[in-house]
Amino acid sequence: MQIPAAFEYERATSVEHALELLRSGGPDARLLAGGHSLLPMMKLRLAAPELLIDLDALSDELGYVREADGEVRIGALTRHREILESALIAARFGVFIDAEKLIADPVVRNRGTIGGALCQADPAEDISAACAVVGARLVIQGLDGQRTISMRELHSGPYETTIRDAEMLVEIRVPVQPGIGSAYEKVKRRVGDWAIAAVAAAVRLDGGTIASGAVALTAVGGDVTAQRASDALTGAPPSEETFAQAARLAAEDCAPQTDQRGSAEYKRHLANELTLRALRSATARALREES
Amino acid sequence: MQVTLTINGEERSAEVEPRTLLVHFIRDDLDLTGTHWGCDTSNCGACVVLVDGRPVKSCTMLAATAAGHELRTVEGMEQDGVLDPVQQGFIAQHGLQCGFCTPGMLLTARALLDENPNPTDAEIREAISGQICRCTGYTNIVKAIRWAADHAPQTATATPEA
Repeated sequence: MQIPAAFEYERATSVEHALELLRSGGPDARLLAGGHSLLPMMKLRLAAPELLIDLDALSDELGYVREADGEVRIGALTRHREILESALIAARFGVFIDAEKLIADPVVRNRGTIGGALCQADPAEDISAACAVVGARLVIQGLDGQRTISMRELHSGPYETTIRDAEMLVEIRVPVQPGIGSAYEKVKRRVGDWAIAAVAAAVRLDGGTIASGAVALTAVGGDVTAQRASDALTGAPPSEETFAQAARLAAEDCAPQTDQRGSAEYKRHLANELTLRALRSATARALREES
Repeated sequence: MQVTLTINGEERSAEVEPRTLLVHFIRDDLDLTGTHWGCDTSNCGACVVLVDGRPVKSCTMLAATAAGHELRTVEGMEQDGVLDPVQQGFIAQHGLQCGFCTPGMLLTARALLDENPNPTDAEIREAISGQICRCTGYTNIVKAIRWAADHAPQTATATPEA
């Protein structure tokens, strides 16, 4: 029987309350969002917080998808299922829909949240790469106010973020840009499994040129953002040659490890092939958006 | 700590440790053993119950988090001696073999049909994709859920035809 180590439990009634509890709990306090990453780690004793602050009561306050000031704003406690059901996201950001359909399984998606997934900082987690390619900004709330960071600034290592002790992620903001298309491609062993490798891509077309492009990788090591691949897209025509060049650079710049999911060589091959597929799909969506 | 919630229409309460998982609370404290405790790792889905109408793996939720919510377990499916059409479908289409995954499958199917009364086979398969049947009886489970979709609750009878 897998049972977490004992902990003190508090139920937050507001963001302010959660932040106060985080401050009083210090570094051994953890926030509980959907729980589908944290509770398994606690059951395996890979995590043993002394104070668990349950955010369940904030699900309504921090669970939303809305458009404001040229951005789509997603509350940190928005559940994966609610993102999948959002017409606003489906109309604008294919990459989120592709990725969300591949996260765990539908029952897990009923509880898991986007903010929880991002803050878990699992290297094989899907939503970080999706956020990266569409230029998402992350709103971090502290007791003294808010700060906003990019996806690249969030993770400081596997399962580590730059969010400080008495801070929490409250919102994800995605700029709305005309002519943008995005997609996510993932290979996994079976339903519900983590990625062997996955790739997010986005292109913004302007006339016959990629005005800006982005590639981000999941589960193959290194930085989530494939910078040289992204740079190779910007200003180039949306052609197979351009895609092949970006895919080659993405595969070169990742750092996969051989493990039970596959060899480093196989994962590097996947990074190349999935970049190609994601770029083709993103471009097709951008062209539909333009027409 | 005291946990109070509504389960199958009845308010229930028990004193538990904060680390108590919902599946153990339901089975050990509320004595509703229809909810099965399977893999312990959020994979198999035997422990699925409905929380506010949505399927949730109860081995991956704290009992404390469920406080104040409305739950439904397999014990709450039959109404006034009449089985839910999903239960009847599992009988009519031989949708179970060993039966261990069945309570979770029944509840996931009920939630699916409440939202989408006429799902495609692909939608049924997607809905139960987080649940493992070790007897590999998926074909008949899909048929059973299809049977339930074709037999709305008002036409339910206590003795389904085979």
